[in-house]
Amino acid sequence: MILVEHAAILLIAFPLLGAFITPIVGRVNSLFRDTWVITVLAFTELLAVLLGYDVLQNGISVYTLGARLPALTSPSGIPVRIILEVDAMNAFISVIVSSIALVVVWYCLGFMNQSRVLDKLYTLILLLLTGMLGLTLTGDLFNLFVFLEVVSISSAALIAFYVHRGESLEAAFKYMVLSSIGALMVLFAVALIYGQYNLLSMAAVADKIQNTFLDEVAMVLLISAFLLKAGSVPAHMWKPDAYGEAPAPVAVLLLTSALVCLYVLFRIIFTVFNPATPLLGWVLAILGVSSIFLGVSMALIQNNLSRLIAYSAIAEIGFILLGTGSGLIEAPYLSMVGFNAISGGVFHILNDVLDLGLLFLAAGAVFYLTGERDLNRMGGLGHTQPLLAVFFLVGIFAVSGLPPFNGFASKMMIYESVYVFNPLLAIIGILGSILMLAVFVKVFFSIFLGVSPAKGHGKLPKSMLAGMGVLVLLIILIGLFPALVVDYLISPAVNALINSQNYIGGVL
Amino acid sequence: MNGMSKIVKVTACILIIPGIVFGLYIIMHGHLTPGGGFQGGAVIATISALFIIAYADEIRGVLDKDILSLMESMALIAFISLAFLGLSTTFFHNFLVNGGGLFGNPVSGINPGDLNTGGVIPLMNLAVGLEVYSALSLIVVVMYFGSKQEVLEDVN
Repeated sequence: MILVEHAAILLIAFPLLGAFITPIVGRVNSLFRDTWVITVLAFTELLAVLLGYDVLQNGISVYTLGARLPALTSPSGIPVRIILEVDAMNAFISVIVSSIALVVVWYCLGFMNQSRVLDKLYTLILLLLTGMLGLTLTGDLFNLFVFLEVVSISSAALIAFYVHRGESLEAAFKYMVLSSIGALMVLFAVALIYGQYNLLSMAAVADKIQNTFLDEVAMVLLISAFLLKAGSVPAHMWKPDAYGEAPAPVAVLLLTSALVCLYVLFRIIFTVFNPATPLLGWVLAILGVSSIFLGVSMALIQNNLSRLIAYSAIAEIGFILLGTGSGLIEAPYLSMVGFNAISGGVFHILNDVLDLGLLFLAAGAVFYLTGERDLNRMGGLGHTQPLLAVFFLVGIFAVSGLPPFNGFASKMMIYESVYVFNPLLAIIGILGSILMLAVFVKVFFSIFLGVSPAKGHGKLPKSMLAGMGVLVLLIILIGLFPALVVDYLISPAVNALINSQNYIGGVL
Repeated sequence: MNGMSKIVKVTACILIIPGIVFGLYIIMHGHLTPGGGFQGGAVIATISALFIIAYADEIRGVLDKDILSLMESMALIAFISLAFLGLSTTFFHNFLVNGGGLFGNPVSGINPGDLNTGGVIPLMNLAVGLEVYSALSLIVVVMYFGSKQEVLEDVN
């Protein structure tokens, strides 16, 4: 079937086409434009699911741009063309990304109904989606750089959405400067690799890599750049500004792009620079623990709701790094403990985007109702909005890792396996989780309980409630049946990630 | 503001022709010589900048923001549609090359560089050139009127 055969490229090209057509459709009328954007996103989601199903059934799928046949990756043994390579890990991430984009735009229909520049907002969201899917699916190092730039530029424009606020422009400028530095580091690293091997295809580079000194320099540059984009500790300072100043739905997309950057980081460590050394695992685990500690302790003292959630997002990135880093310490993965640690990290990518996405959307709903960002001036919202209060509570419990919700499952996997490598790291992680609960209980009290300010609250649009409702449903379902998710989605993804020979064999 | 003196205005009008011809030359020879859509489009966009300097506010009717923005979207759609048209084999497949007739005879070895043997590449260069011309002109126009605080209605 032509759709499945070309699913990998259509997944990137179709949102791009959608982004270019949106400004023209927007000239007709707004209902037509909204329908068009939702259609594009729904079709993208369908393609992602089809592609994921195909990959799980038939193994790695490759797509060569411009060739006579999609599978013709290396004519006469030289992989010169631009290749998309999809294994279970990519497919998993691309399904997450396209689903979150669909939910977020559905939420936007209600949240942004006052705005007059929605054409531009939707165009930028579709471009950001293109960039994220491109980063996920590409098998080419230079294209990685190109899509990273697409993500950076569209995110910077989206952060500056409220242009009349000086803070938004400052946040966007900060983000732009930092991501340009990151992108230049990626470009330099790509040049170092290309200069040595004359190759850009990730699989071919992984096959030929000699681990020379220059390769190590390139690896450090790539890891630093993607940690910067993901917002781990030494380079986390752009995150509270960007997430705090952007509109809430955009913050969710920025969070998703940070997780996509983490995926790229794992792909580079596990596949391109295989075998990774235990030292690298220690570095990632310690960065993860410091992210948890710093994120949670900074979240404790925040008064601005979005900034507070942004700091807890830094902590959640720390959990993913902690799990995966501890798994890397035991590099040949002979035992199940290392495998479980990496599975916990990868599972937490999914749970993180659902939990924090729900919290950001709920924070957006609070802002929609009250027009307030300051926690000290809110209160009593639970009397008029019980459903929103329940949604927020689910988000809080999930993000702090309480049992019936999804955060518990992945955090449990991380704690259990990290404890085997180093009990201290696991204990810091658990303490971070408990502190996170303390932070959010305070937040819940100051927003939803107590006396309501005199201002009357309106009603939430149905689309906003539906967007949050979908996330709540997913959180509860994954929380109730984590074993199913781990067996059918996470384990194939982790197997694809740690067996780099399969990835190499897909191209050469 | 009424722009600059009559001498500057007339010179700007005369410079349209070499400017656009040079830009189009760079765009159309994109697959044969250094240059291409981006560079040629940027050359043509300098004409817009020259006109804003020469004519100042009188430019309002000629370089319209809406039309430039529409042109930009159209050019982008043309570019990606050409890529989509190759989808019967693969995305971005050059389906016009060696097509015979208007698209030239099959290329074999070194040739003097016929313009029409590039298949879809010159068409894509044209699309990129149009996009870059309209986008850069749009930036210049928005910056010119923005410096006079006249685009505030676009803010949210």
